[in-house]
Amino acid sequence: MPEAMIRLEDVTKRFDSTDQSAVEGLSMEVADGETVVLVGPSGCGKTTTMKMINRLVEPTSGHIFVDGTDVLEQDAVRLRRGIGYVIQSIGLLPHRTVAQNMATVPKLEGWEGGRIEERISELVSIFDLDERMLERYPSELSGGQRQRVGVARALAADPPVMLMDEPFGAVDPIVRERLQDQFLDIQRRLQKTIVFVTHDIDEAIKIADRIAILNVGGKIEQFATPEEILRQPANDFVRKFVGVERGLKRLALMKVEEIRVEDGPVTAPGSSSKDALEELARFDFDWISVVEDGELLGWVDRSGLEKAERVSDVDPRPFSAYVTGESTLREALDSIVTSRTQVAVVATEGQRYKGILTLEKISKEIVT
Amino acid sequence: MIRAQVEGQPYIDWGWIADHMDDVWTRLIEHSYLTFLAVAIGMLISFPLAIFAHRHRRSYGPIAAVTGLLYTIPSLALFAFLVPYTRLSVLTAEIGLVSYTLLILIRGVVSGLSGVPSDAREAALGMGYSRSELLWRVELPLSTPVIIAGIRIATVTTIGLVTVTALIGKGGLGFFILMGIDRNFPTASLLGSILSLGLAVLVDFLLVRVERLVTPWAHRERRATI
Repeated sequence: MPEAMIRLEDVTKRFDSTDQSAVEGLSMEVADGETVVLVGPSGCGKTTTMKMINRLVEPTSGHIFVDGTDVLEQDAVRLRRGIGYVIQSIGLLPHRTVAQNMATVPKLEGWEGGRIEERISELVSIFDLDERMLERYPSELSGGQRQRVGVARALAADPPVMLMDEPFGAVDPIVRERLQDQFLDIQRRLQKTIVFVTHDIDEAIKIADRIAILNVGGKIEQFATPEEILRQPANDFVRKFVGVERGLKRLALMKVEEIRVEDGPVTAPGSSSKDALEELARFDFDWISVVEDGELLGWVDRSGLEKAERVSDVDPRPFSAYVTGESTLREALDSIVTSRTQVAVVATEGQRYKGILTLEKISKEIVT
Repeated sequence: MIRAQVEGQPYIDWGWIADHMDDVWTRLIEHSYLTFLAVAIGMLISFPLAIFAHRHRRSYGPIAAVTGLLYTIPSLALFAFLVPYTRLSVLTAEIGLVSYTLLILIRGVVSGLSGVPSDAREAALGMGYSRSELLWRVELPLSTPVIIAGIRIATVTTIGLVTVTALIGKGGLGFFILMGIDRNFPTASLLGSILSLGLAVLVDFLLVRVERLVTPWAHRERRATI
């Protein structure tokens, strides 16, 4: 295992006003390039834990190492400049334009103008921002735009570590989904070490490499991959927190290409109707996929075949929907339950036939 | 105060005004100067006090109480009290004028600073602003509209108050007002009053323009499209 990029050792935080610790004896490691999501009910200390990493909250006891150095022995201001930071309300500086906001840390670090400009146009392309947006003030942006600018700003000086506190919490669900997808796409390329706080378990499942489920007092109930947490919740607290639909949530994590698809009835345009009907009967279906040299042309049904000599006499009908290897099993399931035939047809983006998926097959995947 | 006009004399003696244009200019400049000096010194005192009060919340109560007390002293009484010590001087006038700006200016700076959105402050700290960088590059720029609003009120108030200092031989345009009362000559009183009023309106307008100029971000139309 590579050296952890972030390591918390027996960290405790007690706020003056209360007897109870916000975080008590928490230890945890985050590997280089890993996205760890801290999730839990309000008051579980997840935000406090995150803020101790860049010392916006000073730990009462314990040690925190970032890239091998104890943060408490570093100058807090210098430390923070080396760690990207995004909060839910984003906190864009209202008196600075978008470009100036993104230039914040590079400017504090004393970069020269040309280098800053270059970096900003890099960020514009990474985040697919509109160039015209750069000269606007934050009040002139939509919620989703502000969110993207906030994340871009945190990445401006290319810090190896990012702390994100519910960065997508303040936007509507549709925008949130899009921001999460973009985040995953960017993280795949940049491989930052990220500590991400959310109270939304679905968001955690979607973006985490590992999830730490925290209980009150910063107690880690389970620290594992999303798949493992869904498959084997460590205890009742985790089971309750993850909620119902654990099976469906796991399906959302699995891709069709990860499992073996089933054979389905297939015929070629050149075959005789009789052969096709036999094939169809073998699977106890009333329709059959028509495939020519591996390419999925569509489907024909029994009654059509019964009136024809050859398969090519019947015009194949296109599938209204099929799933690809990239689709999640949850999407495949959706395709199954909404299709008249209770079957999902699997093909590549280029319409190359792969096979079929049935409810039975998918349910087997969750149970094992 | 302005009593009936002397018989046979027009209510406003334009000729007299034309003959005294030099005086008018001198007094107008003196008036502006006394005002500017009072607000500038007031700002110099208020600014550090307000920042101190902002950082040490508990000190704001006493600071507000003392400046509030100063604000309530009748100006005539204050001048009467000061003259034996500082005589009929600009100093006497300014002690009074400056005292009256403090409450407004300090309150302006403090409420400007406390109105800075907490998310901007947190984000700035999280990105690695030091305390003083936060103050000068984030908090004060964001407080500017409110601080300038305070300066506007203080300035307009001071322009009015300067006329009172005519009683101790200063007073800018107040000189004409007093002259009009002493000599039962409404033209002078009206001239002083109207010019003082006009000056206040003009300076207030200029400050609004300045505020718009230095805080363009506060006045952009909110639009969220692309």
